[in-house]
Amino acid sequence: MGAFDVAIVGGGLVGTAVAYGLARQGARIAVLDEGDVAFRASRGNFGLVWVQSKGLGMPEYAAWTKASSDAWAGLRDALRDETGIDTAFARPGGFHVCLTDGEMERRREQNKRLHNQPDMVPYEVRFLDRKDALDLLPGLGPEVVGVSYCPLDGHANPLKLLRALHAALARRGAAYRSNTPVQRIERSGDAFALTTPAGTILSGKLILAAGLGNARLAPMVGMTAPVRPQRGQILVTERVAPFLKHPLVTVRQTDEGSVMIGDSLEEAGFDDRVGHAVVAMMADRAVKTFPALRGVRVVRTWGALRVMTPDGFPIYQQSAEHPGAFLVTCHSGVTLAAGHALNLAPHVAAGCLPDAAFAAFSARRFDVRAAA
Amino acid sequence: MFARLPDLKERAVVRLTVDGRAIEARAGESVAAALLLSGVLVVRTTPVSGAPRGPFCMMGVCFDCLVSIDGEPNRQACMVTVRDGMQVERMQGARKVDP
Ligand SMILES: Cc1cc2nc3c(=O)[nH]c(=O)nc-3n(C[C@H](O)[C@H](O)[C@H](O)COP(=O)(O)OP(=O)(O)OC[C@H]3O[C@@H](n4cnc5c(N)ncnc54)[C@H](O)[C@@H]3O)c2cc1C
Ligand code: FES
Repeated sequence: MGAFDVAIVGGGLVGTAVAYGLARQGARIAVLDEGDVAFRASRGNFGLVWVQSKGLGMPEYAAWTKASSDAWAGLRDALRDETGIDTAFARPGGFHVCLTDGEMERRREQNKRLHNQPDMVPYEVRFLDRKDALDLLPGLGPEVVGVSYCPLDGHANPLKLLRALHAALARRGAAYRSNTPVQRIERSGDAFALTTPAGTILSGKLILAAGLGNARLAPMVGMTAPVRPQRGQILVTERVAPFLKHPLVTVRQTDEGSVMIGDSLEEAGFDDRVGHAVVAMMADRAVKTFPALRGVRVVRTWGALRVMTPDGFPIYQQSAEHPGAFLVTCHSGVTLAAGHALNLAPHVAAGCLPDAAFAAFSARRFDVRAAA
Repeated sequence: MFARLPDLKERAVVRLTVDGRAIEARAGESVAAALLLSGVLVVRTTPVSGAPRGPFCMMGVCFDCLVSIDGEPNRQACMVTVRDGMQVERMQGARKVDP
């Protein structure tokens, strides 16, 4: 089925972002993807490009996230120039709304701990009481006690992002093979040989970006990917005239007018169905946040599975046993898309993830913990 | 372009307004049928591109017939039966929410 410089397993946001970055470096690429049977977080997420509150327990992740947020406008412009697709990235600053004093207190506390970490990347987070928040978010309901605000938070249209990445890859001559699950990975001399139902693919380098599929694939090249599914449910409304410029963690208005209401955190195994109890709770919270949403129709609800590591942080690692094989996974593939394309891919192309920046992200951190 | 079936012509006359203009319908008709019969083919423009839309499937699946009925936006005109005094407005793009 062909030989390539790099084979990327997984055609979601993570795989295509890295692939796009590699294609920009001139690599001959194949992206191998499952079909519609796959669990695909990239088609069911909330679309935030989010910075505030990330990285408690791993300041490297906070810095990596901020760097991606800073690089996102460049990714948006490059994809628009190459494909004509507007990913609708904007960074107007985002809010986390608190409905009780307790929530507000916990939020402040958590933010303090996050920013007190040694080596934490500095950036602005402001806490506003209800009155000051109203200036920036007209229409907040009476139950909102206060908000935290970070000027670095933004959002994008994640479906257009996925489409733009695929379109840019196609334009740059990358091969995309859907319905081509990788079943086995072996060495064939210096190359990796990937067995699929459609035949064998040879590649010089290998990127495992198969989301939840990485758990099964990583051991084939000497790594572990302890990722589990974590369900999130989302509601989306009919399109309404623009009323909300800023994204909130739980409510945002898209570039095309729909209001997205999200998103639950549930341990439900591989069950990606929706449940009314959770959906009702999220709708209730959204209406408390913006009472004007009460009369707006919900047109769809869905569930999707996050790709979650035990500590919630990404894994970036090159196999020690099989150099040239890389493992890439995270649970914020929209936020980190620019980082993956513009900051990570050049290192993969060069064949080395420098320790200074990437050692913290190795999945070996989980072995240490298990041994301790 | 559209004509009422002969047996429907016998039914009671129902009066409604479309964007303030009075039209006549017959009891039992849907709002979408009444609009088409009175020559209103475009009942809304789309929120994203502003393209014109009119009733298409007449059975509640395509959502192209959305109108405002008595102040409630985005109602499916083909799924609502006409009533005397009903005020129908065509939707111009996305509905509003008032924060
Ligand atoms: C409800 C919800 C809300 C979210 N909200 C946000 C948000 O607001 N902001 C944000 O940044 N992130 C968000 N995320 C996370 C984001 O969606 C994911 O981080 C991202 O989509 C992961 O992309 P992925 O490519 O790793 O995984 P996936 O999209 O799951 O793609 C994995 C791909 O691998 C393929 N695959 C699997 N096994 C194989 C195999 N053996 N061979 C070949 N291909 C294989 C599958 O076909 C699939 O297409 C959210 C996720 C969820 C579920
Ligand atoms: S005409 Fe199709 S839903 Fe009304």
